[in-house]
Amino acid sequence: MIRDDLNKDAEYARSASHDEEHGVAIRKKIYKVTIILTLITILEVAVGIVWSRPVLGGESMSWLGIKLFYIILTIVKAGYIVLVFMHLGDEKKNFKWMILGPYILFILYLLFICITESSYISEVMRASW
Amino acid sequence: MAQVEEVDKSLVWSGGNSPFRLSYGKQMMWFFLVSDALSFGGLLTAYGFARHSVESWPVAEKVFRALPFTDGDFPLIYVALMTFILIISSVTMVLAVEAGHRKHKKGVVNWLLLTVLGGAIFVGSQAWEWSHFIHGSHHGAVLTEQGWAYVAHLDYQYDDEGHVIMNGHHPELASIKLQFIDGGKYMLTGAEALASYQTAEKNEEGKLLLADGLGVPLNVVSDGDNVSALDIVVEGKIYRELEGAVGSDNWNELVALYEGSTAQIQGANLTENEYAPNAPAYADFFFFITGFHGFHVFSGVVINLLILIQVVKGTYDSRGHFEMVEKSGLYWHFVDLVWVFVFTFFYLI
Repeated sequence: MIRDDLNKDAEYARSASHDEEHGVAIRKKIYKVTIILTLITILEVAVGIVWSRPVLGGESMSWLGIKLFYIILTIVKAGYIVLVFMHLGDEKKNFKWMILGPYILFILYLLFICITESSYISEVMRASW
Repeated sequence: MAQVEEVDKSLVWSGGNSPFRLSYGKQMMWFFLVSDALSFGGLLTAYGFARHSVESWPVAEKVFRALPFTDGDFPLIYVALMTFILIISSVTMVLAVEAGHRKHKKGVVNWLLLTVLGGAIFVGSQAWEWSHFIHGSHHGAVLTEQGWAYVAHLDYQYDDEGHVIMNGHHPELASIKLQFIDGGKYMLTGAEALASYQTAEKNEEGKLLLADGLGVPLNVVSDGDNVSALDIVVEGKIYRELEGAVGSDNWNELVALYEGSTAQIQGANLTENEYAPNAPAYADFFFFITGFHGFHVFSGVVINLLILIQVVKGTYDSRGHFEMVEKSGLYWHFVDLVWVFVFTFFYLI
């Protein structure tokens, strides 16, 4: 078997290449995503400067809202990077989900367990003071 | 992009079409990235765990306020700029990949060069941030009788009679300010004393004698007895000096509190840091997370540089495709992706 990085006629190399005309459409999409990512970053920093996290004991509802706002924007940014810049959106569907599925499951589990456990530890520490 | 084509089976692996119609190299890059993402996921989760387990944690806007070539105060601006540079270098990378798909060598070279440049600027900025973080603020944090305090301002001396006097270009602003970290208080002290002195009297050197008050206009916000905010107006500009509770209502008392401090931390290392005297893990996580990411950026710059050399040498022209650019591109986008999460969870939230 020929090493596939040296194989000139490998199917993936042919299917990934495109002509000048197609390139224009792809570049247009790249610039669109660039503008979206830039605007999101500017918005995040502006919100970060205007609303500062309360230093102590101030886990207010409004801060919770801002936290969620940041997390959602981060996931939107990550989605654009992975699906457009890394072309995962253009790969075969089962490959896409083989990469994303286990990771999303694992991270959701890890988030749940860590937030639960650390809240418990924080309570115990507070009680011991 | 993924149309079904007749493939010469002698050229591909004996199983027929390549799994997922992807090359071996690209698939392995994805598998590596998933495992690497778990390393970063683990670090960030550990960070969240450590942070939720303790009472207080520093606010990034208050820690990262410096900008190179200035001595101004710009909360989070530099790190936002670094984020932007990394995102743009990801864009130039995807443009290099696109040029590669058109077999447009010159385009690949130009975009890849810009990507390497962006990455190098990011690594340099990271080094600057580290150096600033390690050296710390001007006065650091001190352990007083009332707990740990961050020394925001410190500018005083004694005159011949033993009175505390202030120095500086704006003597009415130069002061001693302690921001207490412990005990549920976050405050600027010292300013309340100003409210009780409305008239100014200077000594021979033109320095203000504290005991005799100040000569600047003051706007005092109070509800009867308690002062809740105090604005000092200097040349038409308002400086908010005091908000919320005040612990010490006397300059000399405050100076005594400062001088009686039993410990001092300046800057940061792996065992202690002035930003979070009660949570040394804060600096540890800063070093490990941004360091591990910075090392990724550094290796990405090196890999991109090596591939750039190969492109210039014409290796991929004779190979017939620029898939190597795409593979290193995947790695480079991943580095950007990780930073998006670090930026949110370490700096914004």
